[in-house]
Order: sequence, then structure tokens, then C-alpha cells
Amino acid sequence: MRVTVIDYKAGNLTSVLKALRHLGAEPLVTDGDLSLVESAERIVLPGVGHFQATERLDTTGLTPAIRAAIARGVPFLGICVGMQWLYAGSSEAPDQPGLGHFPEQCTRFPECNEKVPHVGWNSLDARTGSRLLAGVEPGEYVYFTHSYKGPVTGDTAAITHYIEAFAAAVERGNVMGVQFHPEKSGATGLKILSNFLIWKNEGSAC
Amino acid sequence: MLTKRIIACLDVHGGRVVKGVQFVDLVDAGDPATQAARHAREGADEIVLLDITATHEGRQTLLDTVRRTARELFVPFCVGGGIRAARDAEQVFEAGADKVSINSAALADPTLITAIGRSFGAQAVVVAIDARRDPQAADPVRDAQVYVSGGRKPAGRRVVEWAREAEDRGAGEILLTSMDADGTRAGFDCELTAAVSEAVGIPVIASGGAGTVEHFAEVFARGKADAALAASIFHFGISSARSLKEELARAGVSVRLPC
Repeated sequence: MRVTVIDYKAGNLTSVLKALRHLGAEPLVTDGDLSLVESAERIVLPGVGHFQATERLDTTGLTPAIRAAIARGVPFLGICVGMQWLYAGSSEAPDQPGLGHFPEQCTRFPECNEKVPHVGWNSLDARTGSRLLAGVEPGEYVYFTHSYKGPVTGDTAAITHYIEAFAAAVERGNVMGVQFHPEKSGATGLKILSNFLIWKNEGSAC
Repeated sequence: MLTKRIIACLDVHGGRVVKGVQFVDLVDAGDPATQAARHAREGADEIVLLDITATHEGRQTLLDTVRRTARELFVPFCVGGGIRAARDAEQVFEAGADKVSINSAALADPTLITAIGRSFGAQAVVVAIDARRDPQAADPVRDAQVYVSGGRKPAGRRVVEWAREAEDRGAGEILLTSMDADGTRAGFDCELTAAVSEAVGIPVIASGGAGTVEHFAEVFARGKADAALAASIFHFGISSARSLKEELARAGVSVRLPC
């Protein structure tokens, strides 16, 4: 099973590629080759670091190609900054627009006595019926490392609490995102990645 | 709820896991890849691999070890030792590490913290600090000194100030080792850990002195640590991360369980 992995030079892809290979997928990496997006069976957008790095998706022409793939029904998974990019934008880089698939903005955790970034293993409270999080029991832990997060809305697939409730996962149709790192979240993370890899358009013949 | 992390540390020398007291009398403790996999299976929240000799000739051995260790590891994996330039860090990341730990190189050139963070994100940069209390000072904890060369040479910096500077320069976490406590199994230096943890807004990993479950409970409560490192208490099957965490949970510490 082939998965197009988008490399926009924000951090290191090794762990994501390793986890996908472990699950039997064949990752194909593109940092601007649009044909790999146009022919994609599935797309993973990883990412750690600064939201500004997503500017590269615009300058390489990947943004419209990804938008078209999503419209065709190609399953899409954004990880960490890759999930934040699905929103309209982030206060981390206010002049850099996101994809806008979800209309909200990502914001920084509010100032308080708790440490920011939120680093470590925290529990998931998954929405019933989430296909991405199928089989994830309430209270299973995943690994986070981030300072910005998406708000809880009707598209939120899982909530995590740190300082306040935020969207640990988002899901609407074929478009999914996780704020945590499934590739670093042990058996729970691999189960979630595996759910993504077997995700099919309901009603489609293939 | 965000849990306290139990991090298994593998000190590696020439491609083998070793353990000694305060960096002397090293004993062979197995293959790094096997040990890392076992710790992850037994509930460790994260693995740190430190190349304690880190010679130039040993670079390739280290990269091979990192590659082998990372292959089947699906928890966060941090590698330290001998990372002197952004290029060294890049090689370690390409081999499969998620974070690098930098120590003396960051002291020699603090811009290295920023340089690695810019390319790989702040979350990937752990600044390791080897600390000793200064018994001559009016406040031995506030004035604790940074040491280099395996704890033998003072760096001429105060620990709390250096931790703050590392944060300002873009470090994602601080790995604080008490050289006074390291290898003694007599408990972490909770006062020093708390002083650093209160001074910075990034997570602090406490290291040095783990011997009992109570030591961990203390460093999370009194020491305000976000994570704690353990090496020798796991290596010879004395205790697994899972059993440690089960006991910590009974003591009221929030940990990742089941794991």
C-alpha cells in the first residue's frame, strides 16, 4: 500500500516513514514532485517545528495539489503541525494561511503556571464513531510535543486536557489530523496509523 | 492528564550498554537495540542513549547503533554524546533519533542550540547539564555549578542561569544530572531539580541517584521534575519501568498505565 508523505523540510521524517513501513505500507516522499500527490492513494503530512514552515507547501505548489487530492476523496492525515495546517491558520505565524479545511484558528496555550510546550504522554478522550480512533479505549495515552493547538469543535475526534481542553484529533470524512505523534505513541499510535492505512471511502467499490 | 515520564537511559561505550559508578568501573550491560526494545516493551515512556565515550572514530559505530536501536522503537528516542555541530545532529536524526542531547558543545557554542532547533524544531533539542552543588557558596543549590568532561571540570557557569539561557536559545527540554548523586542510588537531588524546574518554562528531566520508587515519587513532588531518568535500576532486571510505574501510581503519581 502506497502512501505519499509530504516533506516540507519541517523536521525529520525518519520516524514517520519507519512506522509506516513497520505497518506494511510503502511511503513515497515528495518535497515538490506534484505527480506523487496527483497519483496519491493516501497522503500523510507530518511536521514538527514552526507553522511558518508550511509556507513551503504554497511555494512548491503542493497546497493546491493536496486540496485537489482531498476533493477527490484521497484519505489525508496531518500530524502535529500537519494537523494545524488543516485549519485556517495559527497565531504562531499569523500571516501564513493554512489549508482552511477547518475554519478555525490554532492558538497558543494560555499563559499560566503550567509549562508550555506540552510535552509527554497524555490521555485521549475519543468521540464515539471516529474511524481514525477505532479501537482506542478511553484513557489510552499518546505522545505530545507542541505549544499550539486547535479548538474543540464538531469536527474534533478526540479531546485531550492540558491547561484546557483542545483537539487531540480532528476528522471529517477523508480528512484527518492528530496533534500527537502516532509514530512515537507505542501500540496505541500504531493502531491509529493502521486505522488510517485501512481507511476506505464508505460506499466506494475499491 | 499529562503524566510524569519514566525514561530509560542506556549509557553506550563502543556499541555496548555499560554501567559504572560516576563514569568509572564500567560493566557490560548488553546490546543497546535489545535493551531499548525491552525497556519500551516493559513500559518505559522514552529511551535515551548516551554515547559516554564519543570519540571521533566511534561516530560510525554510534550511528549504526542508533539505526539498529531506532528500527523497531515506537516511543520517543533521544541520543547524546559527541554531537558537536549541526551536521552531527542531522546524522543522528537521519539514523532515527527524535531528539538529540547536547552538553559540552552547547556550552562551548550556545548558538548550536538555536541552529539545531531551527532545522529540527525546539522539541528535538535537549540540553544536558551536569551539575554539582557548590559547598563553598552561601547557597549551594542556587550557586550549583555546571561541569564538563564527565563531571571532572567546572565550566564556570551557574546551573540555573545556564538552564535559563538554554531555554532562551531554543532548547526544548533540560536533562539535569546531579553529579553528586549519580550512581549512588541514594536519591535524586530534589532541591537542585526544583530550582531549575522553577526557573524555566520547559520540561526538566531529573537524572542521577535513582535507587528506589520513593526517590522517583520525591523528585516528581518535591523536585518538580517533569520526567525522571533511570539507568542502573533497570539494567540487571531489578525493576521494570512498568512495575516502577505501578508503584508510583499507588503513591498518587500520574503515570502512563497500562503501558
